[in-house]
Amino acid sequence: MNTVNVKINGREYAVPANSTILEAARYAGIEIPTLCYLKDINAIGACRLCLVEVKGARGLVTACVYPVNEGMEIFTNTPKVKAARKTNIELVLSAHEKKCLSCIRSTNCELQKYANEFGADESRFSGRNTKEAIDDSTVFLVRDNNKCILCRRCVAACNKLQGIGVIGANNRGFDTNIACAFEKNLSDTSCISCGQCIVACPVGALYEKDDTQKVLDAIADPTKHVAICAAPSVRATIGECFGYEPGTDVEGKMVAAMKRLGFDGVYDMNFTADLTIVEEANEFIGRVQNGGKLPMITSCSPGWIKYCEHYFPEFTDNLSTCKSPQQMFGALYKTYFAKKMGLDPKDIVFVSAIPCTAKKFEVTRPGQSVEDGIPGVDIAITTRELARMISGAGIDFTKMPDEEFDKPIEIGSGAGVIFGATGGVMEAALRTAAETILNKPLEKLEFDDVRGTESIKRATYKLGDLEVKVAVASGTANAKKLLKAVQSGEEKVDFIEIMGCPGGCVNGGGQPVQPASVRNNVNLVELRSKVLYDADSKEEIRKSHENPIVKMVYEEFLGEPNSHVAHEILHTHYVKRGL
Amino acid sequence: MKKQITTVAFKDTQEQRAKLDALIEKYKNEKGPMMPILQGAQDIYGYLPIEVQRYISIQTEVPLSEIYGIASFYSQFLLNPKGQYAVSVCLGTACYVKGSGLLMEKLTEVLGIKNGEITPDKKFSLDATRCIGACGLAPVITVNEDVYGRLEPKDIPDIIAKY
Ligand code: SF4
Ligand code: SF4
Ligand code: SF4
Ligand code: FES
Repeated sequence: MNTVNVKINGREYAVPANSTILEAARYAGIEIPTLCYLKDINAIGACRLCLVEVKGARGLVTACVYPVNEGMEIFTNTPKVKAARKTNIELVLSAHEKKCLSCIRSTNCELQKYANEFGADESRFSGRNTKEAIDDSTVFLVRDNNKCILCRRCVAACNKLQGIGVIGANNRGFDTNIACAFEKNLSDTSCISCGQCIVACPVGALYEKDDTQKVLDAIADPTKHVAICAAPSVRATIGECFGYEPGTDVEGKMVAAMKRLGFDGVYDMNFTADLTIVEEANEFIGRVQNGGKLPMITSCSPGWIKYCEHYFPEFTDNLSTCKSPQQMFGALYKTYFAKKMGLDPKDIVFVSAIPCTAKKFEVTRPGQSVEDGIPGVDIAITTRELARMISGAGIDFTKMPDEEFDKPIEIGSGAGVIFGATGGVMEAALRTAAETILNKPLEKLEFDDVRGTESIKRATYKLGDLEVKVAVASGTANAKKLLKAVQSGEEKVDFIEIMGCPGGCVNGGGQPVQPASVRNNVNLVELRSKVLYDADSKEEIRKSHENPIVKMVYEEFLGEPNSHVAHEILHTHYVKRGL
Repeated sequence: MKKQITTVAFKDTQEQRAKLDALIEKYKNEKGPMMPILQGAQDIYGYLPIEVQRYISIQTEVPLSEIYGIASFYSQFLLNPKGQYAVSVCLGTACYVKGSGLLMEKLTEVLGIKNGEITPDKKFSLDATRCIGACGLAPVITVNEDVYGRLEPKDIPDIIAKY
């Protein structure tokens, strides 16, 4: 590694030659405050919070974009630096709707934190007081530009991480606002509902459409049977909302807290992750044997589905017709399980706790209801909303005992739990497909080539005589690359897993928001995924088709995988939306 | 002030589309292609409606939001078609407090079009503008290069009648 010698606050350091001052300072154990900078995607020098003094430079410089060079002397903490940062924060605050008391991001807001740390006076400057319209046109996201600080992190997430680019900075000067082209509502664009813009936002300008009140109302209604199931990745992340380090498995406490909220049933969505796998693996084998449409592409990520429908409508026939795990759960709960428990599906309110804003959109899709007027899932709440409900009910999460999911749907396999990480669905499907084709147990269950956090992973496996080429992509910008290569014939694949969010559900748009100071320095995807792979390795049952509840449901209700009943209840169809 | 967006329906000819294609082809692979493409497109159509921007977006694979960001940032780009006579009402602070809002209302009545629109015969278009620096004459309207100041709503019909 080439290094250069620099002095930071009077001490000498050898730092990597092409680093910025921000990176060099971190190397020296100094965290320079930032608001607009996001590693790899947003280095635009806009907020000027990261100002530092450099000997010999004219004026203060922005550390996030300023490169170091040999002999540079940097001062990160002088009175001049501190005064300038404070003034800049005060200028941001002058145009900001300062409603910290009711703000959804209060106590988890980067602006609030810095304003407080710097001792900024929120009313030193009086700024614009025009009110911006709130865009709540979609079912999954709210944009309140009155709180927007124009850092453009959401724009970078949408454009660079996801390759979508439906939002941008419009107009100029005081009129600058972040919105869609021609000031359209988000619902009128080809936004894929992934929520990556939300988790990139430092403040309360972007948030999920909050559905917690609907859930609370349902629970309070004695005529309703209200059940909830938790997606695989929620147990790996919800602890972060209660002060746990990223990468802490809190399944037992999460279940205990959910039970104390008053649900009539608290279940594990890993069960329908398993069911999805059995359906999907058999669908894949069927397509291979009967000359069906290949490559087959997974369908459990609704952000990816919406992306495919808008941007690659020619691939909608390649999509597996399997519903996503949340929709399979709702559908089975209101049919098979309702009958078993003697419940009228009309009295059931089925809630899913999910890492994802796109699943809020999914529950509203046609083709996802059990019968007319009875949706499969009634309400989808994100990890953040579940955490909010728990705190709101006065439940001290950290003091919860470890409890188990309710019977009769308490079992999920190790294959089900890894659904939450990129490559997990593929690995789970391969375990089942391989054993179905080979008709004997696999010796090694780990498919290491599809694990890990790379953006696109490829592997070839021999399942008996069958050679299967697989590819795994996460984040729609990567999906685009992969699909273009498939389209041009450059890449030959049989089976593709795509997750809408980079890294898969563990990094979904409904997950706990971590500030840039964490996002820039820690690999959240890796830490959170590890929880899932560890859980898998400890499971006794590690293959979806061996989940006893899955077996029971086939025996008593569905018959075989991909049977007529299974198609009626567990499969769906897509639309070609275009741009 | 944010740029006004037209509500007038867009029409183009084959000839215009061919010119636009040639323009995009010419600049597409150059560095920073969007300024010359948008300038050229405005020369072809007179303004930059969503249909034109979307077409450029698809052809260049630059997101529409980014193109609109540029088009709404630079004052040289027009989002509204201009009539033979472009009527602009200054809604800068000085004009506004002296009643330019009322002038706008009167113009809407006289011309039969709203802010950002064009008359069916394409003779007049109506726009609000930022401060044009004639605050001493507030409230001000302009018709192409002609400036009219210290107006009251009742002066409007006579001014329009001149064109
Ligand atoms: S965005 Fe932050 S600073 Fe603004 S009101 Fe919300 S919590 Fe307060
Ligand atoms: S939800 Fe996703 S696609 Fe939609 S604006 Fe946000 S980042 Fe872009
Ligand atoms: S919405 Fe949030 S992320 Fe986007 S520019 Fe505004 S403050 Fe930044
Ligand atoms: S200017 Fe450096 S973080 Fe914003």
